[in-house]
Amino acid sequence: MHRRVSANPIRRFNYQGDPLAEPAPADLMEILDRYRGQRDALITVLEEIQARYSFLPAKHLQYASRELGFPLAQVYGISTFYNVFKLTAPGRYQVRVCKGTACHVNRSSAMLDHLSEKLGIHEDETTADGLFTLQTVACMGACSLAPVMVINDQTYGRMTPDLSWEILSELVATERPRV
Amino acid sequence: MSTVIRIGTSTCGQAAGAESVVSAVNAYVDRRQVPVTVQRTGCLGACHNEPLVEVTDNDVAVLYGPVSPERVSLVLDRHFGGGGGRWVDPSWILSRRPDHDDFPFLARQTKVTTRLCGVIDPMSLDDYLANGGYMALRDALRMPPEKVIAAVKDSRLRGRGGAGFSTGTKWEITRRQPASPKFLICNADEGDPGAFMNRTMIEGDPHRVLEGMLIAAWAIGASKGYLYVRAEYPLAVKALRNAIRQAAEYGVTGKNILGSGLDFEFVIKEGAGAFVCGEETALMHSIEGQRGTPSMRPPYPSVAGLWGYPTNINNVESFASIPSILLHGPAWFAALGTEQSGGTKAFALTGAVRASGLVEVPLGTPLRTLVEEIGGGCKSDRPVKAVQLGGPSGGCVPAELLDTRIDYEDLRRTGAIMGSGGMVVVDDTTCMVDFARYFLTFTQDESCGKCVPCRVGTRKMLGILTKICHGQGTHQDLERLTRLCETVRTGSLCGLGTTAPNPVLTTMRYFEREYVAHVDAGLCPAGICSMRPGTSTRAA
Ligand SMILES: Cc1cc2nc3c(=O)[nH]c(=O)nc-3n(C[C@H](O)[C@H](O)[C@H](O)COP(=O)(O)O)c2cc1C
Ligand code: FES
Repeated sequence: MHRRVSANPIRRFNYQGDPLAEPAPADLMEILDRYRGQRDALITVLEEIQARYSFLPAKHLQYASRELGFPLAQVYGISTFYNVFKLTAPGRYQVRVCKGTACHVNRSSAMLDHLSEKLGIHEDETTADGLFTLQTVACMGACSLAPVMVINDQTYGRMTPDLSWEILSELVATERPRV
Repeated sequence: MSTVIRIGTSTCGQAAGAESVVSAVNAYVDRRQVPVTVQRTGCLGACHNEPLVEVTDNDVAVLYGPVSPERVSLVLDRHFGGGGGRWVDPSWILSRRPDHDDFPFLARQTKVTTRLCGVIDPMSLDDYLANGGYMALRDALRMPPEKVIAAVKDSRLRGRGGAGFSTGTKWEITRRQPASPKFLICNADEGDPGAFMNRTMIEGDPHRVLEGMLIAAWAIGASKGYLYVRAEYPLAVKALRNAIRQAAEYGVTGKNILGSGLDFEFVIKEGAGAFVCGEETALMHSIEGQRGTPSMRPPYPSVAGLWGYPTNINNVESFASIPSILLHGPAWFAALGTEQSGGTKAFALTGAVRASGLVEVPLGTPLRTLVEEIGGGCKSDRPVKAVQLGGPSGGCVPAELLDTRIDYEDLRRTGAIMGSGGMVVVDDTTCMVDFARYFLTFTQDESCGKCVPCRVGTRKMLGILTKICHGQGTHQDLERLTRLCETVRTGSLCGLGTTAPNPVLTTMRYFEREYVAHVDAGLCPAGICSMRPGTSTRAA
């Protein structure tokens, strides 16, 4: 039997047996318990899980499905419909380049290309050292300061390709102090 | 009154580095021991000059920008002495008057919904109250609901989310439904890229939106209000949470509000990043915890909305207009605008324009006033080529038509739409084919996939546009593109699809020569398209 590595973590996960064999982690249960019985809460639950774990681990989606009684297909459907949900672990720094209209007109794609080249990754990929994930975003609402880059929760306006890489380089320097 | 130093710390201010400016100002104040109050405010709208710092005293009010942390002590020394009369660049001084009448960017505006943005501390209920906050609600609660609806109708306020339906009429239809409970939704999804009107309003003056919703609740008989805020706006959510908590303490939410018998509560729902969720039926599915795909209308939300109950949905700016209508009267509001639509409209003026930011003008103002007088033309000193209104659902108005009045009908006649307020100016270095392709990339990506015309049609349109941008297009392609536009426009389920062809149709109408040059001569007049297959053009 040949093995194919699937990009879909849930499919890979399905064969790992009953997740309820082990109890759900306490901090996950704390989230799930708060929304038990609320039929409209699925998106909020997933948002909270992602806020705590920085992405949606496949196993946690299964716990959520079993504990709250949503079919796994529905949980998966929601997780893939909305852009904010991530099914794989992001890097420590999530770098998002805005490609909204104002940023586009002010050449944000040049910044994206530059960062992509310097980091050696494409959009939606993470560097091998787990430091950076490169993403795009449709608009951050800071259009007057276009082009805009966001790193985690910090927004940087009036960027240039060089300036954006400078900011990333500083982060690299703080993460890997020279010995 | 003591001296107040105000610093704009909205998302845009922060992107320009306002947090380090706050630290620098605080450090200065500590070091010099000057008796001042340092206040964080929302955004005045002059985002191109951010970070903005305003120093006000009894007889002085000076607005500075951009103030980098290094400039802080230079600027403050002007007011508190010291520094040996070091020179402050006159260009940093934007205005010397409290009403900013000497600052063209602000002087040409009429601020109603954004009046307090950048002026008050959005986290302070006292600031809002001191500026007439919740007075309109008190007035409304003393009026019969029908009277409130009549006032809103008389004001000729039309929905600011894009479609421009009469707000008063929508309220009336919802009120007339026999079913209860009734719900209220504030649409703060603001998905159009290049738009930030709603963000500025919420971050700068959140109580105004709540007050507008409370008045609507009274008029309609609604018991619960959802604020659907997009995921990319964490500061707006923070401001709203704080405002809702303060409103509860103040007694304008909860049971029997101000003794009127009205019970009402607010719920914040954070979006999860899907453009189509701005569409009202998709938004309601999202609140119900489902995938945000639209449904067929009718029934309209006013009749059968959230969980099948009558639901009134309005845009942030529509709600934010309500308090002023009640305070100053519907006639005053109506007189600000045109025969068909009353009041003012906020625009996010961006792109190649020199002075970009949030601009609020009376309806009926010519586009030229915004682009040239307020925006100061293009920062490249090149000619304005077109103005794109309404984002991916909107269209381009060419420079020749800049005298068009900003009004729903006038703009529709040009092929563009009013939209929610995104206004992107482009100069002659922009290729209009590539620009249309850019918007199609967006709509194709954001199409939820439920209906075929939109899912497949936008994909095919994008394919043809890409072919043209690579110099591979033919005249047949142009004809196919026109036909596809018609199919997608008439056949799609929701507004995302029915408006998706607008950027293509308007650019084909006004810039046909550019399309023809791409096809016939294999040439991109603006020099943007690479004209080689396989290589990407500037549109990512
Ligand atoms: C694809 C699509 C996206 C929309 N996005 C928004 C939005 O971000 N904000 C908004 O207020 N209305 C948006 N609308 C319009 C809403 O469906 C609805 O008409 C509006 O919220 C009604 O409020 P109003 O009458 O105050 O304008 C969108 C419509 C479509 C078709
Ligand atoms: S277009 Fe980039 S922040 Fe709005």
